[in-house]
This record gives sequence, C-alpha cells and structure tokens, in this order.
Amino acid sequence: MAVTAMTKLTLGPIAYHWSAEARRDFYARIADEAPVDEVYLGEVICSKRAPFHEADLPATIERLEAAGKTVILSTLAEVMLKRERKATADIAAMDAPEIEINNAAGLYERGHRPHRIGPFMNAYNEATIAWMAGQGATHVCLPAELPAEAIAVATGAARALGLGVEMQVFGRAPLAVSARCYHARAHGRTKDNCQFVCEEDPDGMPLRTRDNRPVLRVNGIQTQSESYVDLLPETAQIVAAGVTHLRLMPQAVDMVGVAGLFRAVLDGTLAVPEADARLAALCEGTDLSNGFYHGAAGYRRIALAAPA
Amino acid sequence: MSLAELICPAGTPAALRTAVDAGADAVYCGFQDATNARNFPGLNFTPDELAASVAYAHAEGAKVLLALNTYPPAGKVDLWRQAADTGARLGVDAFIVADMGVADYIARTHPAVRLHLSVQAAASSPEAIRYYCENFGVRRVVLPRILTIPEIRQIRTEIPCEIETFIFGNHGLMVEGRCSLTNYLTGQSTNMDGVCSPASDVDYARHPDGSMSSQLAGFTIDCFGPEEKAGYPTICKGRYTAPHRPEGYYAFEEPVSLNLSRLLPELIDAGVHAFKIEGRQRSKSYVRGVVRAFRKAVDDIRAGREANIADLVALTEGQKQTQGAFETKKWR
Repeated sequence: MAVTAMTKLTLGPIAYHWSAEARRDFYARIADEAPVDEVYLGEVICSKRAPFHEADLPATIERLEAAGKTVILSTLAEVMLKRERKATADIAAMDAPEIEINNAAGLYERGHRPHRIGPFMNAYNEATIAWMAGQGATHVCLPAELPAEAIAVATGAARALGLGVEMQVFGRAPLAVSARCYHARAHGRTKDNCQFVCEEDPDGMPLRTRDNRPVLRVNGIQTQSESYVDLLPETAQIVAAGVTHLRLMPQAVDMVGVAGLFRAVLDGTLAVPEADARLAALCEGTDLSNGFYHGAAGYRRIALAAPA
Repeated sequence: MSLAELICPAGTPAALRTAVDAGADAVYCGFQDATNARNFPGLNFTPDELAASVAYAHAEGAKVLLALNTYPPAGKVDLWRQAADTGARLGVDAFIVADMGVADYIARTHPAVRLHLSVQAAASSPEAIRYYCENFGVRRVVLPRILTIPEIRQIRTEIPCEIETFIFGNHGLMVEGRCSLTNYLTGQSTNMDGVCSPASDVDYARHPDGSMSSQLAGFTIDCFGPEEKAGYPTICKGRYTAPHRPEGYYAFEEPVSLNLSRLLPELIDAGVHAFKIEGRQRSKSYVRGVVRAFRKAVDDIRAGREANIADLVALTEGQKQTQGAFETKKWR
C-alpha cells in the first residue's frame, strides 16, 4: 500500500471545446474537491479554440495552485500554422509553471531546459526516452496504445534516468489527429469557417457504424475511442511496474467522483471490484475498455484473472 | 530549380528492378518485419534480396532508401538497430526514420549514411524539421500530406534540408505516425507493427438483398448497394453515421487517390527536391506505368518543355482522385 499511496493522480488537459464558463466551473470544483495532485491545462487539439479560454488561464492556475495542485501547461499536438508555432513558442519560453510538450516544434523551442514529454510525442521505447532525457525531459507520458510489457521496460529505463512516468488510466483514448476538422466536415463546413460547432459535443461527436455500433468519437481534428479507457483494476500492476503518475482525461462525467475512486484504490481504502463497479455506474452508457494495455484491440474489455 | 528526383516504391525485388528500369532516381523498400510501415504479408525484402537489389540499382545509377519508419515498442529496439546495421552493411543510400531513438542510433553508429525523416515523424513546421536536422543530421524531410504549396514554399526557406513530398497514390487522412485507429479495432498497431487495416482482419459480408458490407475485425466499415463496387475497409475511408448525418457519410474522406500531376510544375518551382510515389503493395505493371509517366513528365519540365499532364491524370482514370491539401486549405 505504501507505494501506491505515493502514486500521483493527474488530470489531463481538456480535449474538447468546453465553454469558458464550463471550464471555470470545472476547475473550481477540481480545485476544491478532486483528489488529484497535478493538473494539465492548455489547448492541445485546436489552436482556433485557445482565444476562448486563454484569458482565464492565470486565474485558473492560481486557483489550482492555491488548492495545492501542481499545474503544468501542455502544448498543441499539431503545429503547422503561424499561430500554432507562436502558441508553442510562447509556452516553451515559460519558466513557470512546468510545461508538457506534445510536438517536436516545442522540443526545438525548449532546447535543454526542463520539460515534460506529452502523450502525443511518441515516446515508445527506452532509446527514445534516453534521448529525450538527455535533452532535458524530466517526465514522460507514454503513448496510449503501449502494451503492459513495453510499459514495464520503458518505465524501468525512464525511472533509472530519474524521470517521472505517466500513463492514461481513464477517459477516451486519443486515436488520431488530422489537419482536417471532422466536426466541421460533418456539418458541411471547413476548418476555417467551422463556427466552433465542436462546442455542441462536450464529450465528442459519436460515430456509429452503419449497422449502428458505436465505434469512434470526433473531437475537431482529433479522433478518439468510443469507449473510456479504464485501468482501475490494473493500477496495482501499473504502479508495481514503476509508473509514478496516473492520468485521468476529463470527460463529461463526474470527474471528482472518478478521481475519488482511483485515489481510494491507490490508498487501499476501497476494493477494486467495488470501485470499478462504481466507476461503471458513473460512466453509465459508455463502454469501458483496457485492450491496449493487454496488447489486444483497444476497444476490448479484458477481465483480469482473480488474484491467487 | 530543384533536382526533382523521382522516389519510387518497391514492395518486392521484381518491383524494384521494374522501377529502376522505368527511370526511378531512387527506390524505397523495407525488410519483412515490423521495422517498416508496410509490413504486409508477401511484401518486402530479405537481407539477401536487398543485397542483390542494391547492386542492381547502383549499377543502373539509382539509389536505394531503406524504410525503418515505425516506432519500436520498448524491449524490441534491437530489431530496428539490427535492421539499420544490415542496411548499412549492404550499402543502402539512406535510411528513412521516424523514431528519435532509431534516428539517434543511426546518427551515432552509421554517420556516413544519409538520414531522411519519414512522413511518420509528422514534422509539419520548420521548428520540428530543424529539431531533427540539428540533432540527428537529417538531410531530407518527407512532408506530411497536409500542407498547401504556398506553405511548402515558405517552409523551404526556413529549413536546412531537402524536401520530399508524396505526389501519387494512396492518400492517408490522419497525421502519419499519430494514428492508432487500426490498433483500436484489430490489436495490431500501425506505429509499432507497421500495419494499417490488415487484410487478415478483413471480411466482406453479402446480405440477402444483394448489398455487401466490408468489415474490419467485425466492425462494419462501409456498406455497398448491389450495383456498387465494394471498397477495402480502411477505417479512415469508411462511412459512418453521426447525429447530424443519419444517412451515413464519409466522416473523414472519400476513398480517393492522391494525384498531384497537375501541380507538378508548381511543386518543382516551389523547391521540392524529390517526389514520392506511394504503392509498395502495388503490382509491377502498376509501378512500371506510373514511374514511366512521371519520369517523362519530370524530364520534360526540367528541360523546359510542356509536360503531358493528361497521361498522368489518366493513370487514375476510373478512380476518384484528389489534390488533397496541396491545392487549397479548404481541404482542411
């Protein structure tokens, strides 16, 4: 229990176009009630959205830090346009708070100053992690599709170099990004005249197969999994492998409740079957999955063997 | 004006010889394993085949580029290192890489061999490209298929390496190297295993009304009427329904082929050094036809003659084609 109790819970950056008001309410509640240690802020998906919530950023940071949370600013996953290059350079120039980099453009701007490696950075293996550590990375978030055996090897190598290691344990898996906005496309628009239609879908726009099976979610230029990743039953294994930070991705569910369940399992105050049943109830209507972790199709839900 | 090299696909030794004979300046290929992004059954080279192919290409004045453009999962890095060592020993002219660990290894171990940055690295800004140039000595970047020609022209002035762009063939929709769609449905990863919508998971179901559905790992990717030709179930080219699109629509892109022949003169003028033809999974006759046509067009343009673009456009006759992101940013 002692080891898992030291494991940090983090809240990833909001992937969706939540309104400024929704974000203010969300982070106020996270600050006051959620047992998360670290919170990632910043627009990671679409540079057009940033102006809507940038103005609130200083107040949000202050609020979260006052509540004892560590705040990290995340950079865009895709950097192509002038405004995206500038947004990345602006964050890379910061000394505080910490920053998480999601594109090689950010690595270039950051140079050897300390930074975290984000989940879009493709840190798949020990060689890449060693390279990144040599360039100033202090912490690495592994790709969502990495299976357990590779996680163990990558984590061992990263820890030996003094890096923190993070992986997503809750929320829709990021599956792809594109230059094209699929929200705009669904509404017969283009990215440049999207009219921010993605705001209508705070948990992503569902795509179903033509025989009506839910399969993917569209979030602007991003494609996500229909299912929420749920690695709550695997937390003990993950922590035993050396992972130091567990990331919860904000979804349109009770995230304070989600964080509470993960914290309770880490602290040993709630048994996994009970916690997982409660998590499923909080996420009612959405399938839970752990396939990537088990080296299977990501959407699958693999039952863990009962402990001997 | 740039050199306008023609970079051609070689899925097999026979295709490689065909491409070289048809006028390829360089061919690109991979080993029969996860170290390259076309890890398909029946494709690619054994080390012995590569040795013979390098000799053949070099005798004809063509270069051989070895694709090592996937991302090794932790614990399996040695396979990629061994592939690089083998390629260097066999005298390949360049490695095409995406993973930083692989790039770092090659830069340190085989500094005499050129490094090209794969499209799988998704370097779409001058800063990202400079990162790879300055740290690993990358000499050429294969640009993601998401930039317009004015954007390419601009990038050209801001980077210290050559530019290669795709010009013809299969048209990927997602940012390459950042797509786990296949792994989500099949358990095989594009980045780690080099597979995309693998044939082993493909099924076509015929329904009583004569319609057909194409499936990947049991998921229906598209449905076709009795008169429609059923397409291959590539996830990003399927039809789905959404709340505003109950009729079913191509959520990502129509199943179209990239054909930039009309833009060839403009791309050469923009300073693109090399043009890549996609299709390591294609037949010899396809490779022969496409390479010959592009060879003639490039030579005509370089000699100041009018290129017969109609021949190139005709290569995709009967298929839908697109100029993708290159012509206008409205594509986005």
